[in-house]
Amino acid sequence: MSASSIRLEARGIEHAYRSLKVLDGIDLMVPPGEVMVLVGPSGCGKSTLLGILGGMLKPGAGEVRMDGELAPDCLNPLTYVFQDFSLLPWRDVAGNISLVLEDSALPAGERQARIGEMLALTGLAPFAKAWPKQLSGGMRQRVGIARALAVRPAVLLMDEPLSALDAQTRGLLLDEFAGIIARAGVTVVYVTHNLSEAVRLGQQIVVLSRRPGRVREILRLDRPLTERQASDADLVAMEARLWDLIRADAAEADRELEHA
Amino acid sequence: MPSLSGRVAFRAGGFAPRDMPVAGVATLVGLLALWQAAASLGWISTTFLSTPVDIGRAVVALAASGELWANLAASLQRLAIGWVAGTLAGLAVGVALGLFTTARSPGMAVVSALFPVPKIALVPLFIIWFGIGEGSKDITVGFGVFFPTVINTMAGVDGVPRGLIRMAQSFGLSWWSILRKVVLPGALPAILSGFRITTSTAIILLVAAEMIGAEKGIGAFVLQAGNLYDIDNLMAGIVVLSAIGLVVSWVLGWIERRLLAWR
Repeated sequence: MSASSIRLEARGIEHAYRSLKVLDGIDLMVPPGEVMVLVGPSGCGKSTLLGILGGMLKPGAGEVRMDGELAPDCLNPLTYVFQDFSLLPWRDVAGNISLVLEDSALPAGERQARIGEMLALTGLAPFAKAWPKQLSGGMRQRVGIARALAVRPAVLLMDEPLSALDAQTRGLLLDEFAGIIARAGVTVVYVTHNLSEAVRLGQQIVVLSRRPGRVREILRLDRPLTERQASDADLVAMEARLWDLIRADAAEADRELEHA
Repeated sequence: MPSLSGRVAFRAGGFAPRDMPVAGVATLVGLLALWQAAASLGWISTTFLSTPVDIGRAVVALAASGELWANLAASLQRLAIGWVAGTLAGLAVGVALGLFTTARSPGMAVVSALFPVPKIALVPLFIIWFGIGEGSKDITVGFGVFFPTVINTMAGVDGVPRGLIRMAQSFGLSWWSILRKVVLPGALPAILSGFRITTSTAIILLVAAEMIGAEKGIGAFVLQAGNLYDIDNLMAGIVVLSAIGLVVSWVLGWIERRLLAWR
């Protein structure tokens, strides 16, 4: 897989649901091949922002740009990994990956090769013919990431991909994600409320304020993902710092009424 | 404070019925035997209710004379044409109501207004419009099948998780691909359970239409037997109708097991 040379940029993003302003003046830039993690208190508009970045939501103001060269084998520049996996229950594992390749001009042989490659990458080869209902949550999300990478995206948008999983599975998948992202060389925007995920994967960690979400602080962690471990001192220190930044806002957000 | 000493008793029993297919068959056989015995012992007058053995003999005689097949063929043809036409039209309209804002409210207004009309009441009108021949029967069945199919299909399309459609859009699938690969398979369970309702509706309307004006068909046959006080043949016709219903239900079950194995 070739490294992404696409740069993703958000300029002056604002968004409101009716009169409720959720995002205000967001400017962000993800350089090619870098992982940006968005954290912030609940309701700060993280997921809304991710929807806007991938063209699934129209922003009230501002624009999202992609600039750079697409790899020739890229079928779709922006793909998602979803919190609820969003697998088609009536297609087996291989069929769910195949779904996103079938509309392209890819010859059948090449399609099968890509499916096989993705199954191998995510350790799903023995489960190719299994229905989603037969899989554990962790395995379902492996299908989610295999599907997202099958089209060789330049940018991967991950919306709380581990939030529906138990703590043990989360730990396992987090290490796997780090390896897969590093190998694919893909540009990533990763939304989470879990700060240990943020420091394990993030090179830029963007802290959003409580609603309406604004960029409060951007922290950097340049060490390559493959050379990090959850227990590293700098990661633990950064996690504590993130919590200091978010804590007061999180407490306030917790006391807010939904849809005030 | 009151003291407590003893074993914690189990208290979560019951409310968990199981299926016992053998008991179902045994019940039917037992009821038939009881019925036969009651008739043989003279507890039931055979002038008003035939015995299972007499009904069986009547069915065999009708099959041997060819009368059964002629009537059955006429009924099955009307059933097939009416049901398939009503179902195809209902699926198309149901999907449109499920997907398009422009179709939804106008379509639902028309469907809501016509759905409660007892379709049997329309048979005389259809005979005036389409003649006493096949057309009026096919249309009666088709019309009756159409409305429940529209409603079930629309509910099925509505029930497809929006997240799956958004997922497909985020991967750049075309509108047709989303319809074929996400919307229709997602609506299929609701559509298939609708088939159970529409097939039994179709049989009811078929018999009614055949009784109002037809020379052939199981409905016409039952009516004629009744006019002649021929209880054996009348009940043989009813048994054939019951058999049609059972076969259709079995075929639908088989289709559901094949197509919905993923559930």
